[in-house]
Amino acid sequence: MTVGLEHYLVVGGLLFAIGLYLALAKRNAIGILMGIELMLNAVNLTLVAFSRFIVAPRPIDGQVFAVFVITVAAAEAAVALALVVAIYRHRQTIDMNRINLLRW
Amino acid sequence: MTPPGPLAPWYDFRDLSNAVERLLSWLSDIGPDWLVYVVSAVIGGTAIFLFVAATAVANIWVERRVVARIQVRRGPNRAGPWGLLQPIADMTKLMQKEALLPRAGDPVVFLLAPILAFGPALLVWGVFPFGKGMTFVDLNVGVLYIIAVTSVTTIVLFMAGWSSNNKYSLLGAIRVIAMLLSYEVPLVLALLGVVLFAGTMSLSGIVAWQHDMRIWLFLVQPLAFVIYFICATAEINRTPTDIAEAESEIVAGYHTEYSGIQFGLFYAVELVNAMALGAIAATLFFGGWWLFGLDRWIPGWMIFIGKVYLIYFLLIWLRGTLPRLRIDQLMAFAWKFLLPLALVNIMVGALEVLLWVEYDLSAGLVLPVFSVVNLSLAVLLVVGWMRFMAFPFHRLPSRARLVHDIPVVAPGAPAGGAA
Amino acid sequence: MDEPGVVAAFWVLTVTAVGSAVMVAAVRNLLHAVLFLVLSFVGVAGLYITLSADFVAVVQVLIYAGAIAVLMLFAIMLTPRAARDNADGIFWAPALVLAGLMATTIGLIATRTEWAVSDRGPFSQTASAIGEALLDPFVLPFEVASVVLVAAMIGAIVIVREE
Repeated sequence: MTVGLEHYLVVGGLLFAIGLYLALAKRNAIGILMGIELMLNAVNLTLVAFSRFIVAPRPIDGQVFAVFVITVAAAEAAVALALVVAIYRHRQTIDMNRINLLRW
Repeated sequence: MTPPGPLAPWYDFRDLSNAVERLLSWLSDIGPDWLVYVVSAVIGGTAIFLFVAATAVANIWVERRVVARIQVRRGPNRAGPWGLLQPIADMTKLMQKEALLPRAGDPVVFLLAPILAFGPALLVWGVFPFGKGMTFVDLNVGVLYIIAVTSVTTIVLFMAGWSSNNKYSLLGAIRVIAMLLSYEVPLVLALLGVVLFAGTMSLSGIVAWQHDMRIWLFLVQPLAFVIYFICATAEINRTPTDIAEAESEIVAGYHTEYSGIQFGLFYAVELVNAMALGAIAATLFFGGWWLFGLDRWIPGWMIFIGKVYLIYFLLIWLRGTLPRLRIDQLMAFAWKFLLPLALVNIMVGALEVLLWVEYDLSAGLVLPVFSVVNLSLAVLLVVGWMRFMAFPFHRLPSRARLVHDIPVVAPGAPAGGAA
Repeated sequence: MDEPGVVAAFWVLTVTAVGSAVMVAAVRNLLHAVLFLVLSFVGVAGLYITLSADFVAVVQVLIYAGAIAVLMLFAIMLTPRAARDNADGIFWAPALVLAGLMATTIGLIATRTEWAVSDRGPFSQTASAIGEALLDPFVLPFEVASVVLVAAMIGAIVIVREE
């Protein structure tokens, strides 16, 4: 059998869906962050798959975009985890069901 | 694989790929394509695994004897002639000890950690050019692959420290991860200086560059070698930077709870990592299998292994002579000393490459000039930055401030006497 | 791409990546979930290699498995009294439905569109091509990315600093 563009897109779609479930359904803040990282991974996979398979004037652009997404994901993970630790210091919990009111 | 041509006889062991090529060309005549691929992968993988295992076993003896000689004592000499059977004695002892499993911790992760620690140590050996045509996988991004594979070690060490259910293990694991992450940054920058000059990230390409220019990259980028050596010593947790796992500190850190063959695996990983450091330095900075034309008489892989052992001797020398640094001293050293030096090294290197390419100068003229400039710059920078960082800033006089007038009674003066 | 090796590698890596992602959601221990996430990252890096994107694959392992996962582990370690049981919140059922809808939609779009597939073949030198692209057409995002990273570093340090 041949592995073509559709296979990679379906894999990317599955990873994105699982990441979406994690981001919406998990109680722990770090669980939600894991979902976000999975979604970014799925997007990167589709970008690189397009860069490999699609007619384009400059096909390397997909991989350049993927490198930028990895960079921004690293920056965002650092800030998000810093926020998680800071919230823990105030509330002694990172349970999203308890940190859902603006004042208390 | 080298392109087809008149094949050397299969027994020409100066290039060990001759026999393999004969076998593979015979196979490709009789079998499908994927069989050739699988057989070559199996042969290469087995050869590398056997080499790594043999050096891990031999290095137990080498390390203990050389450290002992540096410390003015004999080292193991009972287990065979000159103690040569000591590694077998060590391995037998470790294998027959009970491999404890803390039940309250995390047994699966605890068992997986030493096995996974061996993964990066073994994977990194696949990209080295042992000889002229003898690279297992000649990746286009070889240098970056080495850095990426060794950075996975951080997760494995955290697994080991966490699953032991022991707060000293966890503390040792936290320290070692902080140290590994801090030392990765100057390491990458130092290797980037090498890639700047060679123009390629593939290891056989870098050796070919050194072969074509008839110069060692150590002469062109001495500061990069020094920074790489120090950072890699910290990455593999060897003295003087083994604060996290030394026997007299924090009760052996992340491998406190490991006994028996699991501890043997961690010990073997440390030895294999030290050899990998030697192999990376030998390939990138000292020419790999090429030694100014000597590889016409001596097989290239022997020269390579000799260089690896010379650098390993340097590592053992450091272990025997230097005291251990504290964790805060180590972090300060990485961020405040090595990182600025690595950045300056890259800037100067990029400037030199730019001048070389823009004005189309010949390599024979330009490389000795660069060597002299870089060597003197390395010495100047190291000494100068060291002096600057060691300057006691806190003892400089500060500006005048108003303090309260305190009545002072001089000792021996009559009570209530004027000051 | 129809060599049997590439096809076999694709299927093994897909099962690794997607299976580990499912285990991240299903496992009952937060630390095990992070370890499965690392396995998923490595699986995706392998998929990049089958797409002949070697530079992106190595950068993925270096940054995701080597740095972001360590960040998550540090965050778990610095929050000792938080619950570590990887429990689901109150919206798990709608989230499941939404994720299923999303997967179905993307799958149908992916398989039913006439993509303009080219027969270029695999890349030969991605690192130098990415480097040239970063310095000629994409130099502005490159510089802005460095500013973003510095801002994120300083921001993270300031947020976590104890008074």
